[in-house]
Amino acid sequence: MEVGRAYTRVDAADKVTGRARYTDDLHDGPMLVAKILHSTIANGWVKSIDTAAARALPGVVKVLTCFDAPQIQYPTPGHPWSTDPGHQDVADRLLLTRRVRIYGDDIAVVVAEDEVTARRALKLIRVEYESCPVMLEPEQAMEPGAVPIHEEHPDNILKRTETVVGQPDEALSDPALLHFEGHYQTQQVQHCHIENPISYAYMEHGRITVVTSTQIPHIVRRVIGQALGIGWGQIRVIKPYIGGGFGNKQEVLYEPLNAWLTTQVGGRCVKLDVSREETFQNTRSRHPIRFDIKAAVSSQGRIMARECVAISNQGGYASHGHAIVANAVNGFRQTYPDAVGHRSVAYTVYTNRPAPGAMRGYGIPQCDFAGECLMEDIAREMNWDPYQFRLKNIMPLGYVDPTNGITCYSTALARCMEKGRDFIRWDELRAKYQNQTGPVRRGVGMAVFSYKTGVYPISLETASARIVLNQDGTVQLQLGATEIGQGGDTVFCQMAAQAIGLPTERVNIVSTQDTDTAPFDTGAYASRQTYVTGKAIKKAGELFREKVLSYAREMLPQAGELDLRAGEIVDGGSGESLLTLEELAMEAFYSLEHSVHITAEVTNHCKENTFAFGCCFAEVEVDIPVGKVKVLRIVNVHDSGRLINPKLAEAQVHGGMSMGIGYALSEEMKFDPATGRLLNGNLLDYKLPTAMDHPELTALFVEDEDPSGPFGNKALGEPPAIPVAPAIRNAVLHATGVAVNTLPLSPQRLVEEFRKGGLI
Amino acid sequence: MMEILRCTVNGRPVEVGIDQRESLADVLRERLGLTSVKKGCEVGECGACTVLVDGTAIDSCIYLGVWAQGKTILTVEGLQNENGELSPIQQAFVEEAAVQCGFCTPGIIMSAVEIVGSGKRYTREELRKLISGHLCRCTGYQNILNAVERAVNEAHKFVGREEQEQ
Amino acid sequence: MFDISSIYQAQSVADAIRALEQDPGALVIAGGTDVLIKVREGKLAGCRLVSIHGLEELKGISQAPNGDIEIGPLSTFRDVTYDKIIRANVPVLGEAADMAGGPQLRAAGTIGGNVCNGITSADTASTLVALEAVLRVRGPRGEREVPISRWYHGVGKVDLAPYEVLTKIVLPRKGYEGFTGHYIKYAMRSAMDIATLGVSCLAQLSQDKRETRQVRLAFGVAGPVPMRAPGAEAAASNRPVEQALAAIGPAALGDVSPRSSWRASREFRLQLVEELSARALAEAMRKGGAQV
Repeated sequence: MEVGRAYTRVDAADKVTGRARYTDDLHDGPMLVAKILHSTIANGWVKSIDTAAARALPGVVKVLTCFDAPQIQYPTPGHPWSTDPGHQDVADRLLLTRRVRIYGDDIAVVVAEDEVTARRALKLIRVEYESCPVMLEPEQAMEPGAVPIHEEHPDNILKRTETVVGQPDEALSDPALLHFEGHYQTQQVQHCHIENPISYAYMEHGRITVVTSTQIPHIVRRVIGQALGIGWGQIRVIKPYIGGGFGNKQEVLYEPLNAWLTTQVGGRCVKLDVSREETFQNTRSRHPIRFDIKAAVSSQGRIMARECVAISNQGGYASHGHAIVANAVNGFRQTYPDAVGHRSVAYTVYTNRPAPGAMRGYGIPQCDFAGECLMEDIAREMNWDPYQFRLKNIMPLGYVDPTNGITCYSTALARCMEKGRDFIRWDELRAKYQNQTGPVRRGVGMAVFSYKTGVYPISLETASARIVLNQDGTVQLQLGATEIGQGGDTVFCQMAAQAIGLPTERVNIVSTQDTDTAPFDTGAYASRQTYVTGKAIKKAGELFREKVLSYAREMLPQAGELDLRAGEIVDGGSGESLLTLEELAMEAFYSLEHSVHITAEVTNHCKENTFAFGCCFAEVEVDIPVGKVKVLRIVNVHDSGRLINPKLAEAQVHGGMSMGIGYALSEEMKFDPATGRLLNGNLLDYKLPTAMDHPELTALFVEDEDPSGPFGNKALGEPPAIPVAPAIRNAVLHATGVAVNTLPLSPQRLVEEFRKGGLI
Repeated sequence: MMEILRCTVNGRPVEVGIDQRESLADVLRERLGLTSVKKGCEVGECGACTVLVDGTAIDSCIYLGVWAQGKTILTVEGLQNENGELSPIQQAFVEEAAVQCGFCTPGIIMSAVEIVGSGKRYTREELRKLISGHLCRCTGYQNILNAVERAVNEAHKFVGREEQEQ
Repeated sequence: MFDISSIYQAQSVADAIRALEQDPGALVIAGGTDVLIKVREGKLAGCRLVSIHGLEELKGISQAPNGDIEIGPLSTFRDVTYDKIIRANVPVLGEAADMAGGPQLRAAGTIGGNVCNGITSADTASTLVALEAVLRVRGPRGEREVPISRWYHGVGKVDLAPYEVLTKIVLPRKGYEGFTGHYIKYAMRSAMDIATLGVSCLAQLSQDKRETRQVRLAFGVAGPVPMRAPGAEAAASNRPVEQALAAIGPAALGDVSPRSSWRASREFRLQLVEELSARALAEAMRKGGAQV
């Protein structure tokens, strides 16, 4: 079995020797350097820009401003194109903007012979602004009379949706039920992939080539076409190895600007060197969302109805638009289906913050924090064991979401919870830490989640795979799906090997996507590739295998039923080896009678989705007087169906847990309320955890086949980051009796809360 | 502002014209093509550009190229042996699945070279501190620690030194 | 590439002083971990630098015949931490140096730079203040000594003329002998961070270890510059151990003047001052043999 093997990453050797090349490692020969001039106000207009001094600086090739750039508004999220104009992404960006919407907005750009010259030129540009008041919170932006950040949305509300399932109002006002309210707020955080999203662009044969660090090369090509108003075939996007993405590179960032710049300097190669500080300020992040929740619960502990009002802070640009908060309120509803009804109201509101977009979990880390805090708080008030209370209410097998039809085809959540409970010694420690006193106290907490696999039926799910036979009986696997660090290339090889009947060692993946040659795929996001691309690989593998066997039948007309096993053509009955794939390949290539270059290419239009599940259990120690939380032990248990590669799956869970710990305790983008300036946009002041800030991370799995998955598998990439923050929050509650409803649980916030709670 | 830099890089004597304003990371990447030296922050916060200068791990992004005059520099490109085999540290990273996106990997491996080269044994907590100058977003450091620990233990079998000395 | 106008690589301290005298606007660069970051940020873009990087005469740690410890300012944080003289006589300074940044930074950044950049959060600064260090600087007209109590003039400003070079950090024997110390770096992360509050406490105990004699307490980030806490020292000195522990925190609140910033509120820093003063004292006394 190739699927299920702990196969070594196909790129590991290249990555440990430094031979794996990333965008900035690839260019050779002379190149120009572009640096962007960012606004020093957060809300207003550029009145004028004086570039004379910058242009006069030796070494400056070009200075272009918002008054020079094309006035074509374009969208940026990595969504598939929608043929329904009503479902298309919000096109609210320009390459360079006169209307300043965030502190640091892109208003001009210098192209110079070198970086120092470009930086010096930026300092010589004089800008005159007209400013408006800064609005960093939705409440400010929604106030009557607030200046519209985009004129298309005079009330600054990008979208409001309301979804009602069943009859929530009756239950929410039923005096026979128990009623609860909760208010929870998440913070803005950043992906912090270690490679910044650098790109470079040049022209060749009159077409534009952009080499870029992206998760979504085919979508980048399309959006460049939209932004520049040129045919999509006029653009070639190349995606080499990338140093992490986590959703930030599921966005078209500076590629359109970079593409335009090369056209402005006669096709010369221009590198757009995005610094870490610009990555923080000018690329995407995770939305802060406020949740106001009501719940009605029966005395037997069954959730009868809930209402969830979520207000998402969208910052200055739509990016993924309303999709993320819509996903959040859906996710909130799905994990615990209400017995009677549910109402969700979701707002996406423009503000002057740097625009959030997709980040590992797409709204679900936020709603899971709210949902799992709420479950804990209700259980506590009703004197239920939070474990049992959850167990009573979790999504059952066969659940069908009433709004979109997504079905629970498999669930091992209850067994995941059992495993987590045993690991953490739940019953023992819940009792042991019950009545502590003193400044340092311990607690255990938990949280669960559900997560969809891919974006069907909200958006199109489509993927292609191409398999090409080599002379030596190895194959090339070509995909538009991308390796972004998660191990995609490795599991794709395993899946192809499984479908064809080859050892994985004989599958070579073409890791780099070049949109001129790579099959179409929308890319790495929504934990979709092993599922959606996996289905394409499986179909392509089966077709390839059929073509090989058909050729084998030509070569072995006397043989009985043939099969392809471990790279050999064998007798289907006895298993006797009749022909190696190498022998077959040489004949197929060079036969004087019948030469065929055996390839298989398949598009899979995926019209299925399925829920993945999991949970986190954490044990913490809280140093109350100084507001410090130490995670002593932590475990994530996942139901992602069958694992394609257990070793890589485990590694991916570790990374998600790490991100979750940062989300829980330390990470937060902070802004100056007066100017809107990001205060901690660097890796020193933004508190991404170091190795010293983590305990040992344990990842466990329950492996059930999912009947809808190509190999019994379902989503894994994003889920590990989801349940960690609420599990830690609930553990702190257990330790101290203080419920902290705002992320992160940073020391200062904890000291303030402990004061309020009378502990200090 | 050009100057000739003479130093030893990955075991080879090197003589190269550099601009005095270049960081050592610039020199290694742009002048010598050693692109394993990654830039993630350019201010010594992420550790992706870590190389050994005279055996000591430093952030090459905040170290001037001219300061490398006469020094011995080691990058990941210099770790494979003459037969092309991976060093035990590289091998440990491969086998422990300590590599994901790979961008922080060369830098951490260089810190690991210094750690392993000490010949000492370390507790898990000490290892955490010794790699704390590297940020990684993919792995939670878990498998990286496993790999470094494994390489340390393997090396200790051959050149073990128990006493705590610098 | 850094935006530097010129860089002169000094061959000796005398050479550096000469270069600085000729170009009063030039800045000294030593380990580079601070200056180069400011150049990149733009604060020092276009600057002229005199590099003292690697000057042997500014390295090394030695003990004078009178017992004073002399630290060459180009000693890196790591040199200080692992130095035998420091470990034997003032381990607290080595421990403090070991909390700056991360391992790579500690291998490049120097203790002299940490003192000359005049930053209140500098990890070695509060301990040097508690140790009553003396800074020896050399200029065109020779050397002078500055007690650390007069070194800090304000945020980023120290008692060093543009043409002077710090040549030694001296720890006078009376400043450390008989004391045990403890430094607490309170930060948001356990590595790669700047202190939200730094607390360094030195304690001298009675023979029977039941009473304090002299207690010294110094803070980083409790004010614009590293500072002593005289009120807290008085309250904790010459007291039974338990009394000293109870008194030091509340008394320290009267000594400090932290401000609110986006990094931490004044109230939060005051809570830390009170709590961590006692913890630092407790640990310092424990190291001195007290039962705490």
